[in-house]
Amino acid sequence: MTVLLVFAGAVVGAPLRYVTDRFVQARHHAGFPWGTFTVNLVGSLVLGSLAGAGSALPGTVSILVGTGFCGALTTYSTFGYETVRLLERRAYRTAIANVVVSVAAGVGAAALGYAVVHSLAG
Amino acid sequence: MPPWRRTAAHENAPVLGVIALGGGIGALARYGLAELLPTQPGHFPLATFLINVSGCFLIGVLMVAVTEVWTAHRLVRPFLGVGILGGFTTFSTYVVEIRGLLAPGSAGLAFGYLAGTLVAALLAVAAGMWLARRAFVRPERTVEP
Repeated sequence: MTVLLVFAGAVVGAPLRYVTDRFVQARHHAGFPWGTFTVNLVGSLVLGSLAGAGSALPGTVSILVGTGFCGALTTYSTFGYETVRLLERRAYRTAIANVVVSVAAGVGAAALGYAVVHSLAG
Repeated sequence: MPPWRRTAAHENAPVLGVIALGGGIGALARYGLAELLPTQPGHFPLATFLINVSGCFLIGVLMVAVTEVWTAHRLVRPFLGVGILGGFTTFSTYVVEIRGLLAPGSAGLAFGYLAGTLVAALLAVAAGMWLARRAFVRPERTVEP
């Protein structure tokens, strides 16, 4: 049952990452990987919110939406690959900006989601 | 109709299908590893670290293989790269774990985990690409254009 929930969440999350990336990148021709940034930011906000709900949330929802959907919506491999490609092309400032902005915004979004939902649930 | 939507509607059904399947497989592998190596609160999230670093190594190998070595079938990269490795690795769990560690007593660990994953993951991508080029790319093709 748990395995099915993980799979079901990811079956939605992974294609949504691809479609979002295509949609966002088609509108930003600059060198910054905005598509990956967007999915990672949204997934971090949602997973942070789920963590903030804690035990108020049924375990099935946490597995389906958290482990399955958010885990598959967000990606570290593409984030890492895009950063290394920027470094290879000597776009050092863009590479550093990608790392700093992605991690800072991701942790910020997770903290925001957690704080808001935790205060509502508590 | 904008180009992305036209291609999404008419050409991308098989692409989305293999991404969904690959994403499901990758997420199950991540779940399995996280179950094998559960992280206690306040401790280093070893499972996510290993998942993200190994996924980064594999995407480095894969991307060199499909862009510089072989003319891969058009569904290979979506299935293995976007699907399996994208579903396997996770950014959201990484930042939520950092948030959890940002507490008195474990803030140092939070920054260690943050920086440690970043450095190891980027080195893993580079190592994967370097090894794949060394193993697969013929010498004359390594010459800069």
